[in-house]
Amino acid sequence: MNFDDTPQEAAFRAEAKAWIQANAPKQYEEELRKSSLGRTVLKGANILEVAKAWQKKKADAGWACLHWPKEYGGRGSSPIERVIWQQEEGPFGKLSGMFIIGHGMCGPTMMAFAGEEQKRKYLPPLASGEKVWCQLFSEPAGGSDVAGLRTRAEKKGDDWIINGQKIWTSGAHYSDYGILLTRTDPTVPKHKGLTMFFLDMKSPGVEVRPIKQASGQSDFNEVYFTDVKIPDSQRLGAVNDGWNVSLTTLMNERMSIGAGVATGFPELFDFCNSLMLEDGPAIEDRSVRSRLANYAVKASGLRYTSMRAISALSKGERPGPENSIGKLVAGSMVQEVAMYALDLQGAAGVLSGPDDAEVAGKFQAMLLRAPGTRVEGGTDEIMRNIIAERVLGLPGDIRVDKDVPFNQIPTKGRT
Amino acid sequence: MNFDFSDDQKQMRDAARKFLTEQCPPKAVREVLDGRATYDKALWKGLAEMGFLGVAIPEEFGGAGAGHLELCVIAEEMGRANAPVPFSSTVYLAAEALLLAGSDAQKQKWLPRIASGDAIGTLALFEGKGNPSPKAIKLQASGGTLNGVKKPVPDGAIADFAVVAARTGSTGRDADISLFLVDLKAGGVEAKALTNVDPTRGQAELTFKNAKAEPLGTAGEGWSILTQVLDRAAVLLAFEQVGGSDRALEMGRDYALDRIAFGRPIGSFQAVKHILADMYVSATLARSNCYYGAWALSTNASELPEAAAAARISATQAFQHCSKNNIQVHGGMGFTWEFDCHMYYRRANATALTLGSLSYWEDQLIDRMRKKNAA
Ligand SMILES: Cc1cc2nc3c(=O)[nH]c(=O)nc-3n(C[C@H](O)[C@H](O)[C@H](O)COP(=O)(O)OP(=O)(O)OC[C@H]3O[C@@H](n4cnc5c(N)ncnc54)[C@H](O)[C@@H]3O)c2cc1C
Repeated sequence: MNFDDTPQEAAFRAEAKAWIQANAPKQYEEELRKSSLGRTVLKGANILEVAKAWQKKKADAGWACLHWPKEYGGRGSSPIERVIWQQEEGPFGKLSGMFIIGHGMCGPTMMAFAGEEQKRKYLPPLASGEKVWCQLFSEPAGGSDVAGLRTRAEKKGDDWIINGQKIWTSGAHYSDYGILLTRTDPTVPKHKGLTMFFLDMKSPGVEVRPIKQASGQSDFNEVYFTDVKIPDSQRLGAVNDGWNVSLTTLMNERMSIGAGVATGFPELFDFCNSLMLEDGPAIEDRSVRSRLANYAVKASGLRYTSMRAISALSKGERPGPENSIGKLVAGSMVQEVAMYALDLQGAAGVLSGPDDAEVAGKFQAMLLRAPGTRVEGGTDEIMRNIIAERVLGLPGDIRVDKDVPFNQIPTKGRT
Repeated sequence: MNFDFSDDQKQMRDAARKFLTEQCPPKAVREVLDGRATYDKALWKGLAEMGFLGVAIPEEFGGAGAGHLELCVIAEEMGRANAPVPFSSTVYLAAEALLLAGSDAQKQKWLPRIASGDAIGTLALFEGKGNPSPKAIKLQASGGTLNGVKKPVPDGAIADFAVVAARTGSTGRDADISLFLVDLKAGGVEAKALTNVDPTRGQAELTFKNAKAEPLGTAGEGWSILTQVLDRAAVLLAFEQVGGSDRALEMGRDYALDRIAFGRPIGSFQAVKHILADMYVSATLARSNCYYGAWALSTNASELPEAAAAARISATQAFQHCSKNNIQVHGGMGFTWEFDCHMYYRRANATALTLGSLSYWEDQLIDRMRKKNAA
């Protein structure tokens, strides 16, 4: 058990620190520091451009996608070096939000299933942020039950013709490429008729329509496909084996551990330290301290859980389903923290926005973004199912559609 | 960075688990629970023979000199087994106080006897309601004798000696408090066993009437030593709590796989699955906080006070959460004396109070985080 850096780790840290010191876009540091979940704004700058520029700079100097192999634009770093980098990158890491899906899920899927030539062509610009990727899985009929999706892919010569609709696709409006899960055989049970592709988002027949979210922002989209042509060479994995390919994607999502899922705790602690209540600073109030302590041990528990996972990874173990705990705990915690921070403000907690609200409205923004956190990438309930079934070994849910051909499954609700 | 126990330490954990599975089955715990014994004497002797009692005691004082990480893995197993022995009071409280503040002669006198299982020790701190606080200590020390009453004192009725917190000044500051070592068998101390929610861990009232006492550590530094002892014990006890949490989760999981209702295992119902998933979550968060505490304890890092409070809170919550929901998953069976669920429920709720309650440690944690932040 050792929390200190080894000499090699210390050397890596020093190198990373010096480089960040010399190269990071410092003019945005203060604003990034103040931002929180649901609110990353840079006054007078386009965050997309700032983020892309920072990513490119990192890539040129060999600091992008640290754990990827060098030939695909990474650095071949150990999981621990990745954590050290994140610690040193600090608030500037908040700029990489738009790359998470590409770097965390699309890239690793390409690495596992694309041809060598394709990897060398597509991965380096993904790593450097020049090209942004999105993940086209969810549909009106297939969210938690992602294998219930209906977007059709039909083979015509050397191409596939895609028709259908995706929804909630984060970043589709600024993405260059996407990985796409489709149905290629509706006559077999639902998991057995899926196929995965990657495609150019500028292909004819792809139409992206932004959706306005409950938070008021528009980060995700509907994506419509009308006779979109994808060459067979852009298929990932075997025909009708898309479910297994998508599982690789989802497993890799868990590799994004250590990224330090936002809990809202550091923000709340600072807030309670500075907020004056009638009898003095909020942090001196007994009930406030009790609430804070509860959140504190959840946040530290998550932090050290991911460090344990990273220690296991560096000994060659694979990331397992136990890592679902991070999103499950952080998701509802960030929501509770936001509600509590508003409660502490009393009547004024209702105000929002950078000009009218306490601490520039960061907790109000967090409150409005939080419901999505408990849904995206698998809902709380799905996370609990994963822990119960895959970690604790409890029986799977009864599936009435398991052996039924997809086109005979009754449907109702959104379609 | 390496955030895990070493292979040797894991081997020691396996050895302790094997030993306790054999020597401390629920049947043995029930001997004490049902009042047929005050503690498991055979197990206590066996623990001494295995070297577990003196694992963190240096060799020059009769211990194994292994260290505190090793003690943590054993503590976890003691909690898993719900062992009905005065391990925490003797090893985490009395021995740690001696190691921190004892003179060479005091260490020579008591530590080898702890390691060999010949002496049971405890810490006499509380005087009725309330949490650790210098103000609450009324027991008077003067001219080498103590007068007053301490309760509850963990394992006080079976202990051979006690570290006693007493008042030696009247300035109204922490410096009024000093620590003393009292041989409980030497006369002047009356011990009365008290009923408590966890009969497998005795609690007692100790009445001191001109009891002979020798100072432990420098006079006036009692509170500062106590704080350190409590922090160290908090980490160790947290490992017991994590062991108990894991066992309660395991019991619930096994029962959910076994019990059939409505034609299927109850573990296939989502409501039950989600209870168990949440038990896993709380046990895992606690374990991770404990690992950090173990590192801080074993290196005596400046982070120890904060890490200890976090481990303590997290493990207290986890053990209470897992032990109560283990009963829920067991249904009516879980509420019978016959089933073992209540032993963990009792232990969880008693342990939650023994070093100061949850709200006390919550307060401590924020205090410590604040100080660090200001520094
Ligand atoms: C902010 C945000 C960003 C997103 N980004 C993307 C993206 O980039 N790409 C993409 O493909 N998708 C994305 N999604 C979609 C996301 O993956 C789905 O919304 C999610 O998987 C839930 O599916 P659903 O919305 O269809 O809800 P449903 O599946 O309809 O769930 C409704 C409710 O039923 C519960 N439920 C469903 N099934 C079960 C079950 N078996 N057991 C217990 N409860 C169950 C759910 O927990 C939920 O409470 C995003 C979503 C959000 C909110």
